[in-house]
Amino acid sequence: MSWRTIDRRTAAEQDLGPGLNDAVKEKIRSFFPRYPTKRAVLLPALHIAQDALGYISLRAMRELAELLELPPSAVLDVVTFYTHFWTHSRGRKTIVLCRSLTCELMGGGRVREGLEQRLGIGEHETTPDGQWSYMTEECLAACEHAPCLLINEKLHKGVQAEDLDRILVDPENDHLDMPRSTLFDAPAETKP
Amino acid sequence: MTFGRVLMRHVGVPNSTSLAVYKADGGYAGAARALQMTPDDLVELVKKANLRGRGGAGFPAGVKWTFLPKDRTVTYLCVNADESEPPTFCNRVLIDSDPHLLLEGVLIAAYATRTTVAYIYMRGEFCEQFHILQRALDEAYAAGYFGHNILGTGHNLECYIHRGAGAYVCGEETGLIESLEGKRGWPRIKPPFPAVEGLFRKPTVVNNVETLACLPHILTRGLDWWLSIGTANSKGPKMYCISGPVNRPGCYEAPLGLTCRELIYGADFGGGMRDGKQVKAVFPGGLSMGALRGDLFPKPPDGKVDPKQDYDELDCALDFDDVRKYDLLGLGTAAAVVVPEDADIRDVLLNVTRFYAQESCGQCTQCREGTAWMYKIAQRIRAGAGRRVDLDIIEETSRNMGMIPGLSICGLPDGAAWPIRTLIQKFRREFEQRIAAQEPGAAQSLIRRTNAAAYELPVLHGRAVQPAGGTFATPLDVAPPR
Ligand SMILES: Cc1cc2nc3c(=O)[nH]c(=O)nc-3n(C[C@H](O)[C@H](O)[C@H](O)COP(=O)(O)O)c2cc1C
Ligand code: SF4
Ligand code: FES
Repeated sequence: MSWRTIDRRTAAEQDLGPGLNDAVKEKIRSFFPRYPTKRAVLLPALHIAQDALGYISLRAMRELAELLELPPSAVLDVVTFYTHFWTHSRGRKTIVLCRSLTCELMGGGRVREGLEQRLGIGEHETTPDGQWSYMTEECLAACEHAPCLLINEKLHKGVQAEDLDRILVDPENDHLDMPRSTLFDAPAETKP
Repeated sequence: MTFGRVLMRHVGVPNSTSLAVYKADGGYAGAARALQMTPDDLVELVKKANLRGRGGAGFPAGVKWTFLPKDRTVTYLCVNADESEPPTFCNRVLIDSDPHLLLEGVLIAAYATRTTVAYIYMRGEFCEQFHILQRALDEAYAAGYFGHNILGTGHNLECYIHRGAGAYVCGEETGLIESLEGKRGWPRIKPPFPAVEGLFRKPTVVNNVETLACLPHILTRGLDWWLSIGTANSKGPKMYCISGPVNRPGCYEAPLGLTCRELIYGADFGGGMRDGKQVKAVFPGGLSMGALRGDLFPKPPDGKVDPKQDYDELDCALDFDDVRKYDLLGLGTAAAVVVPEDADIRDVLLNVTRFYAQESCGQCTQCREGTAWMYKIAQRIRAGAGRRVDLDIIEETSRNMGMIPGLSICGLPDGAAWPIRTLIQKFRREFEQRIAAQEPGAAQSLIRRTNAAAYELPVLHGRAVQPAGGTFATPLDVAPPR
């Protein structure tokens, strides 16, 4: 979770952020047959919503609540429990850096310093040009490649502080070498 | 090596994730055989195989399945692919290279438990693995291994992948169930156990990825083959992970009972330490199971195991029983991380305490507060302002949290207490040396600088009068506050 405080009862219309379009809602509805309750669709729905908007806006939370027949507070409750979801907008690319034991023993601390210095931002912040956001996470289950980090979906292995310059400009940063499943992705036309 | 890999036999094989390659190697033969049996015979077979869960608790899968009520109408199967215990990655390797092995296991387990809907709960950070498994699942559906009337037997099974979103407690079985239901991953009070009332309040089986991946091999190779592998109470092959500054970090398959030394130094496994360094400590079962002393310490002169003495403990066999002799909680995930001789033990303590303080879900007081308290103390020790009494406080705290003293809902605080307590106990000498090397009065001055009120603790006096043999064996080494 990444959190920015805002009074939700009195939030002005323009502070609610972007909403979900019909294609996204349709995609979420396509998950209904998988579960016996609508509430169980919440996690897939949040994945799809975050994929479409980049984060979970207040408006999206309200719309999801309506779609899944939940009180909005239940959606907020779940969004804030999981580290994956952001409640404020973030950059085009998000770096997730592992901070668990193996990565730290193998030099992850220096990578973290290098990254913060290079981007000039702290955790859960976004660079002024809107390109990068950054957060740390516990073990990414790739410890044999420690230290490692994710840029969007791509895992970079054995990253040392010296490699950062190369990695940050890598044009393939968002590219997986495999056919993808579109299941949890928002419909293409809605992406920013 | 005479042992042939089975769980990892497709690692490195080109295109091993495709159904064609998997089938060419005898894939889905185990499932076909299972579907010929009755579900009860199948459960009996798995019980005889003594297939113990690979997810951490080591509970026999067959026995777990018999806890399902006989008169149930709906059963759910949840596959635990939440692998978030640092530094474990064997489930990832398995899904990366052999997704159909897992799916075949799901099919067999679902048939044995008469389940018609299975959910694979996969951690959100697995992006590539999600795409691999989803593609494999689509292929398996198209080939008729999932869906309606599987292979003409009349058995139905729907299988869905459910993606998590980054929370360690969602690996706990009831936390996983809550999360699947679309709530925060707060573990439930047991009983009722999931086998009686689990997902959507129906009987539910939760099994780890690797546990299920063993099933096809038990069926195709037979019980005798299975029982010939491993040690007395721990049967079968296991995927061991080794990471840290070793020459060949990675995941290796071996019969249960591999020693920790072999895992680090064996040419087929870790391949020895980088730059010839010595091992200071190793967490052999994922962090939560506790730490062993490395070969930086002398070997025990009489070869006897005594975790209270400062001797090399690498001869610990990694199966479900031997680990307990070394004051470890259990086998855990059999994923070892090696701490080299030049690492500062205070950094290790800080990292470990941080992990649990972050990941406690916050329902139970002693878990939420205890993990956070230990983290704060570790920060202070790391900042060069530790006191010897801090070590005692951590030790006492760790003894007073968790399911073992009966205080918590789930096992996370036990998993926190063990590594932290064993670190303090087994490496106490180094901690004390580090504390002795601090600037004189560092602890007092840091405290006064940051929060004068917080440390004028009356408890200090109370502690000093505790009878000898209580939880505090070490006399206080700080002057009482003036
Ligand atoms: C805090 C905590 C975290 C856990 N995380 C995992 C996990 O990531 N993966 C897993 O398979 N089991 C995990 N477990 C163990 C599960 O609760 C459960 O024992 C296991 O999924 C049962 O499967 P098995 O019998 O096949 O091992 C965790 C347990 C606890 C207490
Ligand atoms: S023991 Fe800790 S992690 Fe488990 S339910 Fe209680 S607070 Fe949550
Ligand atoms: S410790 Fe960093 S990926 Fe596991």
